[in-house]
Amino acid sequence: MRIEQHPILEFKRGKKVKFTFDGQEYEGYEGETIAAALHAAGIRIMRESPVLHRPRGLFCAIGNCSSCLMTVNGEPNVRICVEKLRPGMVVESQKGKGVIYAPGN
Amino acid sequence: MRQEISFVEIAVIGGGPAGLCAALEAANAGARVTLLDRQDRLGGQLIKQTHRFFGSQSHRASERGINIAAELTGQVMSHPHIEALTGATVFGFYEDGVLGVEREGKIFFIKPARVIVATGAAEKTLAFPNNDLPGIYGAGAVQTLVNVYGVLPGKRVLMVGAGNIGVIVTYQLLQAGMEVAAIVEAAPKIGAYWVHAAKVRRAGVPIYTSHTIGRACGTRQVEGAVIWQIDEQGQPVPGTEKDLVVDTICLSVGLSPLVELLAQAGCRLVYVPQLGGHVPLRDASLQTTVPGVYVAGDAAGVEEASAAMMEGALAGLHAAYSLGYNQTGYEARRAELQQQLDSLRSGPVGEKIRSGLSRAMIG
Repeated sequence: MRIEQHPILEFKRGKKVKFTFDGQEYEGYEGETIAAALHAAGIRIMRESPVLHRPRGLFCAIGNCSSCLMTVNGEPNVRICVEKLRPGMVVESQKGKGVIYAPGN
Repeated sequence: MRQEISFVEIAVIGGGPAGLCAALEAANAGARVTLLDRQDRLGGQLIKQTHRFFGSQSHRASERGINIAAELTGQVMSHPHIEALTGATVFGFYEDGVLGVEREGKIFFIKPARVIVATGAAEKTLAFPNNDLPGIYGAGAVQTLVNVYGVLPGKRVLMVGAGNIGVIVTYQLLQAGMEVAAIVEAAPKIGAYWVHAAKVRRAGVPIYTSHTIGRACGTRQVEGAVIWQIDEQGQPVPGTEKDLVVDTICLSVGLSPLVELLAQAGCRLVYVPQLGGHVPLRDASLQTTVPGVYVAGDAAGVEEASAAMMEGALAGLHAAYSLGYNQTGYEARRAELQQQLDSLRSGPVGEKIRSGLSRAMIG
């Protein structure tokens, strides 16, 4: 959920852009992280753990802990807490460890 | 493939409060500085700190972190002796003192004459059933979402930890429009400054001391939490369980210094719980056991941002001095900075830090 009124802060948001998450279209703001755009849309489950298949979300938000790895534009293991949203991004929940050199990547 | 290596005088790794002050101090002394930060903007964790700082005037008391970040960043960006590279991740510290850097998908190498490591710290987690469910965050992570991006992670939160970060973030979440079910603190008393704790209590948030989180509830994400009282051994007291309906849990249970690069550099580390974990041994000039490698800020031991700024300045001053800069003004400035740092760590509040530092200081 987005904060519209804040006693101290004024949020300067970028241009509104469209992206997809698991095939469905969403809107976010250019310049915010993918994590922020997903949370604004109420999405908190980012991937599945590789062994026990447990859901995983955001934890540190500064690119340190690797909890929020997702597949972005076909590239796996993207830390979406620091990766900025760009128009037309294809964001997918990641299952397993991801393959970097899959055909087409 | 041939790789170019560029030579620089002083590399500062990390552009938070310690790194910004290190870069400015060294550059003001006359040295050429390359400042590297993996994030897209400078300021480190100051960019989300909307509260006013404590301390005296020289420690920037009563200023908000966000304003300090903006001011220091402005000075760094306009300084003719500082090259500031954002989005630049230092991924390796090689044996010959070469740093490997990744920026915008490209790799390059620099060999600095001096290195100041100001990489900060990372939030710790806590062991309890379901602690990996989505909806459980580091308190600092939620602070980033809320104060930097203006996005709430949920509607109702349980805060674990009543130290300064836990209590300050709780207040900021209330300001931003979230409900706070409770704060639990394992210690028998609140760790935060009373002025912060009082604000939160006035807002009607219960603070349960000698309490901890027993487990998180939910299948795909957080739907609730169980808290209970603990005895002196940390064991749950029967009959004290409370079920809370929350969709968010914030962990504010301390930070651990990010010392990976220092370890790669071969700096001797020592485990000091009072400083948050493994930290490098260092002398009074903030130099580690590897000559020419300095440390400052939370990477040297978890402390407040005001201390990080003083330490950064001291490290910057010493690094520049060791290269032959500011030979005349050095002693007076060193004494001034050291005195400010000592006063920040004085009294009962600084006791934990002082005892920790006594185990990390050499020479």
